[in-house]
Amino acid sequence: MKKDLSLNDGTPIEGTPEPGTLGETLRSQGVSRRSFMKFCATTASMMALPPSMIPMIAHALENARRPSVIWLSFQECTGCTESLTRAHSPTLESLIFESISLDYHHTLQAASGHAAEAAREAAMEENFGNYLLVVDGSIPLDNPGYSTIAGISNLDMLTESAKGAAAIIAVGTCATYGGIPHANPNPTGAVSVKDIIKDKPIINVPGCPPIPVVITGVLAHYLTFGAIPDLDHIGRPKVFYGQSIHDRCYRRPFYDKGQFAETFDDEGAKKGWCLYKLGCKGPTTYNACATTKWNNGTSFPIESGHPCIGCSEPDFWDGGGFYKALSMPTEDISKTAVYTVAGAAAAGAVIGALNRGKKNNSDKIHIKTTIDDLRK
Amino acid sequence: MNQTDTPRFNIHTGNELTWNVKPILHEIRHALFELLDSGNTSIIDLRSIPLAPGEEETIINALGQGEVHARLDALGRSDIVETMYSGVWLITHYNENEAVVSRFIEITELPAILKSQHEDMSKALKELTQELETQDT
Repeated sequence: MKKDLSLNDGTPIEGTPEPGTLGETLRSQGVSRRSFMKFCATTASMMALPPSMIPMIAHALENARRPSVIWLSFQECTGCTESLTRAHSPTLESLIFESISLDYHHTLQAASGHAAEAAREAAMEENFGNYLLVVDGSIPLDNPGYSTIAGISNLDMLTESAKGAAAIIAVGTCATYGGIPHANPNPTGAVSVKDIIKDKPIINVPGCPPIPVVITGVLAHYLTFGAIPDLDHIGRPKVFYGQSIHDRCYRRPFYDKGQFAETFDDEGAKKGWCLYKLGCKGPTTYNACATTKWNNGTSFPIESGHPCIGCSEPDFWDGGGFYKALSMPTEDISKTAVYTVAGAAAAGAVIGALNRGKKNNSDKIHIKTTIDDLRK
Repeated sequence: MNQTDTPRFNIHTGNELTWNVKPILHEIRHALFELLDSGNTSIIDLRSIPLAPGEEETIINALGQGEVHARLDALGRSDIVETMYSGVWLITHYNENEAVVSRFIEITELPAILKSQHEDMSKALKELTQELETQDT
């Protein structure tokens, strides 16, 4: 432009957005305001925010600075990264990624070895106190040799990287609650991020894997509001994990009427009745699957005829069996007898006590296994 | 509508799974009254409501199609359709793979996304000015 334009009253015609903001990035890529509004409408929907907040989201996102993000992967299967990078449209959600500076990610980065670690250290130094640390996978506390990166133990890398982080996002049930590595007998002594880091805000985004738009939704929330979202008692964002699968399930009316599938091929199953008796963990599982759904909103496990396995809950792997109804006791009969002798008055109380005990004491039953044990 | 008229749509409530179809239609009716009465617009996010397979289509079919059908090409297609109930718009955003990424019912005179956006108009004015200046030199 040769000269600045202004209206008749002297108001300048708006120029380009502030340098370094998401707005500038998008404008430089030729993304129109309409496209951006469409993106914001979809973002509001994914963040479970009321549509009336779309203009506020647009304003905040347009002026958001690109935060540095360091992504660490420990004892995991890469399913969380696969969920995020494979199941997305190439344009809308990629805008979220373009709004961050992903400075370190084992799976996605081109650099390797010393160059990769140098990139991580440089990002930490340049953005100390301001970068986001994303972690997937659990951390082994027994032998550090169970999982190392560039010769650095997972524990050392986590504690070192957490020092300068503004906040930590634990992605997947392994990072949030230990996940499958933590399952009995927990051979590596796996623990979650929260078991180690005590002095940083941690957002738990559990799921095996988490819903991709929930991961990007948390990032969008941080970019929009500049703060971590409201969390529930186990560190999960309430906007995504505030309601149980059961409460949002389209099959809920069948539960209320007592209409259950008893097997996977009976009349009830064919009619789409409630899967509670087939072991559905929907009543005790908090996640957004029932409304956000999977595969670009196609369906979710219950819609496909399979019970919810409760993968976003702590210790879901040790919950007593995927196909065991929640009302059934999760311990064997000998332990039930002990409860009975101890004076529980009714069978319901016994089952309830066992189930509560199972949940409350789940940590205690994770007996660590040593190399010697495995050799026996 | 007169009580004796043939209904324009017929929801078989006995076959519904979630029973959320009729309440949503009632919500739309309340929102339309609010728009006429006080000028307040409303947006309903269809993806935030538990709906069984086929129920979203039931709602869309119940609302029908009116006089306006606009198509927006921005980060994938978007269809902006005025339903047969004036002031009730169905907005469906698709990604470039033609998968639905969000779907809203807007109760308004004109959905905001259809209007030319201030930022785009500013950019357009600058570009047109620059183009004319280039041709003058």
